[in-house]
Amino acid sequence: MSNDIAILGVGMHPWGKWGHNFVEYGVAAARAAIADAGIDWKDVGFVSGAATMRCGYPGYVAGATFAQALGWQGAEVNTSYAACASGSQALAAARAKILSGECEVALVVGADTTPKGFLAPAKGYRPEDPDWVRFYLGITNPTYFALYARRRMDVYGDTEEDFGLVKVKNSEHGFTNPNARYKKKFTLDDVAQSAMVADPLRLLNVCATSDGGAAMIVCSMDYAKKMGKADAVKVAAISTVTPTFASEVVEMPDIATDSAAAAGVEAHRFRASLPVKAYEEAGIGPEDVSVAEVYDLSSALELDWYEDLQFCARGEAAQLVREGVTKLGGRLPVNTSGGLACFGEAVPAQALAQVCELTWQLRGQAGDRQVEGAKVGITANQGLFGHGSSVIVKR
Amino acid sequence: MSAKPVNAAIEGWHTLDTDKPQLLGSRCDSCGTYYFPKMLKYCRNPGCDSSDFSEVPLSRTGKIWSYTNACYKPPEPFVADDPFVPYAIAAVELAEEQMIVLGQVVKGIDVDQLKVGMDVELVLETLHETEEDTKVTWKWKPVA
Repeated sequence: MSNDIAILGVGMHPWGKWGHNFVEYGVAAARAAIADAGIDWKDVGFVSGAATMRCGYPGYVAGATFAQALGWQGAEVNTSYAACASGSQALAAARAKILSGECEVALVVGADTTPKGFLAPAKGYRPEDPDWVRFYLGITNPTYFALYARRRMDVYGDTEEDFGLVKVKNSEHGFTNPNARYKKKFTLDDVAQSAMVADPLRLLNVCATSDGGAAMIVCSMDYAKKMGKADAVKVAAISTVTPTFASEVVEMPDIATDSAAAAGVEAHRFRASLPVKAYEEAGIGPEDVSVAEVYDLSSALELDWYEDLQFCARGEAAQLVREGVTKLGGRLPVNTSGGLACFGEAVPAQALAQVCELTWQLRGQAGDRQVEGAKVGITANQGLFGHGSSVIVKR
Repeated sequence: MSAKPVNAAIEGWHTLDTDKPQLLGSRCDSCGTYYFPKMLKYCRNPGCDSSDFSEVPLSRTGKIWSYTNACYKPPEPFVADDPFVPYAIAAVELAEEQMIVLGQVVKGIDVDQLKVGMDVELVLETLHETEEDTKVTWKWKPVA
């Protein structure tokens, strides 16, 4: 098990929409993780930050920004940007540093402040920018998630109620989570009564953007032993693979998929490829998973993830939510934190927040959200431009 | 009637043939991968390092892969009618090119008239007007 590293501490700043400087959230999360780990800030040899693109230069060099805010103490720094997978890439950088023996203890941290109003592309006539093109033609973010949702309905027979069940489940899970932004138990009726945004997705089926921060202290197994924490939760796998040409699914912000017309080329699903490497690296399979945190940018997308993570065969995910399998108390609870439905997305913090939740679950510290006897957890997320990740943690 | 000239909203992305318009893409001379929008510089097939491409018109019919609509006015650079009129959107599979192309669906067709697998064809329709011209773009239309 030479490739494991230990998660000594985790911490979060609650998600919300306060409009404060992102550094405040990151520092609060980092200090919480340092306290949870029982170490001193000066013991950290490597600071790995997840960048934010929306907060100017300090956001582009987030690792150094957080290191300075916590007090320069000579640690080495790194900053990673990989859209929704930024936190996982920052974690991967810390793991590489630890496994190579260059450092014993690392801080991984991500935080974001989201602007008010809609994020629109730069003006002018810019047909070379796919993001400009699709907005000009009237194709917004919800369009893509609605296309995936509608395809589930027409091909697999999923219903709007199935998507509503996901939202209801996640809102029940997040109800008591102190770090969640939305704490309201929504009913199927609430979802059905909310405004249609992009058919079949309604307002309560799509996630918002939030402010928030998440952090972890990770270290070598030797260091964990020295600290008397040999039984700490471990990172068993980090997958940050890119897609394989060509694409089977049209991805934001593209107007078309890559063609699979050339000889020897097949269309692949990017999302499904992410956990494959994670399972392989951890030497486990989907049957070993006790709890999962997946990127529910829409409640229908959560169902796609069940299949991508191989929790069931393609087309059968709705059955899992109908039978309560993925609800707390079920065989395989998903998004016990409440997921993006209760958090809203804080891009550079989100992948780390997923790992924080799984760490609490595996330690038995998740309170009302606790999954009894959780031993293995997996995360999954996907962002723009071929970024995505899947992290496996185990006891 | 408007006497304004008709121009493509995005220049060079489709023909202006009013009867049977086609998207204008490109094809790698070496491996045969199609591109839309056009790629003329480097082939993205990992098994091909060609930099020679031909401009080609794409199939003007395909099958719906999925569909949705826009119930709210998108932000700029989208130019919305006032008042905003919701429109349907389709992702359409082109068989020969083995690719999916997004586009609006023609006016007057909503999601309840669409189905995955339905045959559609490419037509041109106004995207918006400017003071000088009418900007048209490609849209998908169910084949009668």
